[in-house]
Amino acid sequence: MPDDIFSLMRDSIIAGAPDTATYLARKAIAAGTAPLDAINNGYVPGMHDVGEQFARGQMFLPDMMASAEAMRAAMAVLDPELKKLGADRPTSGVVVLGTTKGDIHEIGKILVGTLLTAHGFQVHDLGADISGEKFAAKAQELSADIVGVSALLTTTMRNQKTVIEALERSGIRAQVKVMVGGAPVTRRWAEEIGADGYAKDAMSAVALARELMNQKTGPRTPEPIGSGKVV
Amino acid sequence: MRPKFEMLDNALIERILAEAFQLIKDPGVRVAPYVEDLLRGVGIPVKDGVAHIPEPLARTALQSVPREFFLYDRNGRPAVHYGGNHVHFDPGSSCLNILDPQTQQPRPAMTPDLVRLIHVAEVLPQFAAQSTAMVCNDVPPEIGDWYRLLLVLWYSEKPVVTGAFSAYSLHTLIDLLAIESGGREALRRNPRAIFDVCPSPPLNWSEFASQNLVDLARAGIPAEIVSMPLAGATAPVTLAGSVVQHAAECISGIVIHQLAQPGAPIVWGAAPAIFDMRSGKTPMGAIETAMLDVACAEVGKYLGLPTHAYMVAGDGRVIDAQVEMESGMSAVLGALAGINMISGAGMLDFLACHSIEKLVIDAEAIASAQRLLQGIEPRGASLATAMFTQTGLAGDFLKLKETRALFRQEQHFPSSVIDRGLPQMNGGGILDRANQRVEELLSAYKRRPLPPDREEEIIAFAEREGQKFGLKRVGEILSRVPDFEGAPF
Ligand code: B1M
Repeated sequence: MPDDIFSLMRDSIIAGAPDTATYLARKAIAAGTAPLDAINNGYVPGMHDVGEQFARGQMFLPDMMASAEAMRAAMAVLDPELKKLGADRPTSGVVVLGTTKGDIHEIGKILVGTLLTAHGFQVHDLGADISGEKFAAKAQELSADIVGVSALLTTTMRNQKTVIEALERSGIRAQVKVMVGGAPVTRRWAEEIGADGYAKDAMSAVALARELMNQKTGPRTPEPIGSGKVV
Repeated sequence: MRPKFEMLDNALIERILAEAFQLIKDPGVRVAPYVEDLLRGVGIPVKDGVAHIPEPLARTALQSVPREFFLYDRNGRPAVHYGGNHVHFDPGSSCLNILDPQTQQPRPAMTPDLVRLIHVAEVLPQFAAQSTAMVCNDVPPEIGDWYRLLLVLWYSEKPVVTGAFSAYSLHTLIDLLAIESGGREALRRNPRAIFDVCPSPPLNWSEFASQNLVDLARAGIPAEIVSMPLAGATAPVTLAGSVVQHAAECISGIVIHQLAQPGAPIVWGAAPAIFDMRSGKTPMGAIETAMLDVACAEVGKYLGLPTHAYMVAGDGRVIDAQVEMESGMSAVLGALAGINMISGAGMLDFLACHSIEKLVIDAEAIASAQRLLQGIEPRGASLATAMFTQTGLAGDFLKLKETRALFRQEQHFPSSVIDRGLPQMNGGGILDRANQRVEELLSAYKRRPLPPDREEEIIAFAEREGQKFGLKRVGEILSRVPDFEGAPF
């Protein structure tokens, strides 16, 4: 019986159906299913499937957004149940994300944030035109695992380095991994400025974030999708 | 009769405008502190950084925009006519990469690449204007945006479509232009350049963009609003909805600009795109993108304003049938829509990459579009019968004096890029022919120096500005022309 409900949960995520996802979460809790089981055996595999379909070009972004929404709806039911048990929502990692100072491009960064969220990361998007100090302050406040810095202009790329310097100044560089991306950014540039990783697109960013988390804490998430590279 | 292409009827344009006026009032338009007082000064409420612009005030601003104006070449001749149905083309701007002429692989653009592109665009009559086409990766990013303009002004006499990357650098660019024109007043009188200014979709005039609009208006240098709704991501998914947002962004920009200086020249420009729902990319070569370009321009024309659009760019990553199909189609549509300045030729990979070989291929598409615009002309008292009277049914049209007299007006002769079966074509592919054409054009280019005192001033400017970033001898590279190799620093 639980297997059936898990597969319905998975389907509700793939179909992007928040009402069904909510209904199934409530039904599972009423039937005594452990919230963590529902998450790990039902909803997360659904999201994983969605990510894989997107990586293969078989899923459209609005459908993926709906899947993320369904995931949020399910978690709204399951989060309080986890708390009652004294447990926390399993998270893949805490990410502080933003576009560098002087740069107002943010569509790519939003996409990266959406996919990271869909894959279980807790993402705090600071927006665009963000100074190194702001990145550092937020990372410190949230004890972030990863700081993600996007830049779309040749002239603002160098501010990715400013973020790393700000993290150093505030004494938390050793605790956070820094990933960079954006159209003009290359792996070489990432190496040059001392970032921990570069991703060329949103799916690779998920793979990279997982890899960086593995480096930090040891493996705990499914195998990566895409081709993000650690430098 | 000049052929014409339209996407919208007047009733739909009226609906688009009605909704655009509604949007700039409510929810309003995000504006920067730099312009809040300007807006409040005429009674536009600004709350929490959002301006709520009433339609009558917006209509007043639209009224004060010049219906036409010119950009001038280095010799003070009007060379680009903004307004009416005049159509001009310029290469795309600010690429990140260039397709290497040898390997045809993308790599960061360098100074010699930009110089080559300027030379080629200078010789090709299809381009009425140059653009600051590349950001050179062999110079420090701090000087990236004025350095491009420096090279264009040094090597070209054509007008320039350019843009600043920040509020601060705009003033450096204006200083440079003023030196080249012989002073601020001369620049205001005969502007050589126009500056693209982009609002952030949806409905946001950022600090940088607001400031650029105001400062350009006050300097009397033309501004080109390049509003970029991305349908489905930063704008409504429907094409009509995105055209509404584009209109609202342009109208609100015009309000800011005209309040700063009524009557200053400004263009209703566009670089819209659909947002590809599988990849999240912004395809410039999609047919819907071209439809948006044409529709946005039509709304501007309806208001009697000068227009611009980003077309003739393809999305593939190498020169192939896809990018040329996309570029050719949009060149034709843009020309038929009578858009005053059509930017984008030479670009591929979603505006990230330039190719000089593509630029010369696109020039052929543009030449065809320009021929198309001339339409079919009745020449002489009879269309055909007088010629039949001479040849009868024998059909010796080749011998007729009319044939000799008129074939040059009737037929456009493409360059060697286009295979028309001439013996020397030897069956090579279009890339070979484009390569060869680039070499021909490069050898045809000859730089005409500026007056010596202006050259000295420009070099001094480059030295001065370069030194601010610890660079010595920026001006020296200008004397290592025209065919220096390698990195300047
Ligand atoms: C943290 O880890 C990571 C990991 C991966 C990461 C990552 C972070 N961030 C991104 N990624 C990666 O994953 C994402 C998803 O797959 C990808 O993100 P992308 O952002 O690459 O892809 C997005 C999903 C879709 N792509 C985009 O959204 C960018 C598309 C292009 C066309 C573009 C757009 C849309 C815009 N622009 Co601008 N714009 C261009 C762009 C051309 C291009 N091909 O890049 C580019 C970047 N812009 C440019 C320019 C010049 C400008 N733009 C400007 C403004 C704008 C708009 C506001 C109109 C708009 C942005 C709207 C917005 N809210 O974001 C101005 C910038 C002002 C400023 N100070 O910031 C202005 C200066 C123009 C002007 N004169 O006003 C050029 C840069 C030139 C250069 N050499 O630096 C440009 C290449 C276009 C061109 N050829 O002119 C990956 O890069």
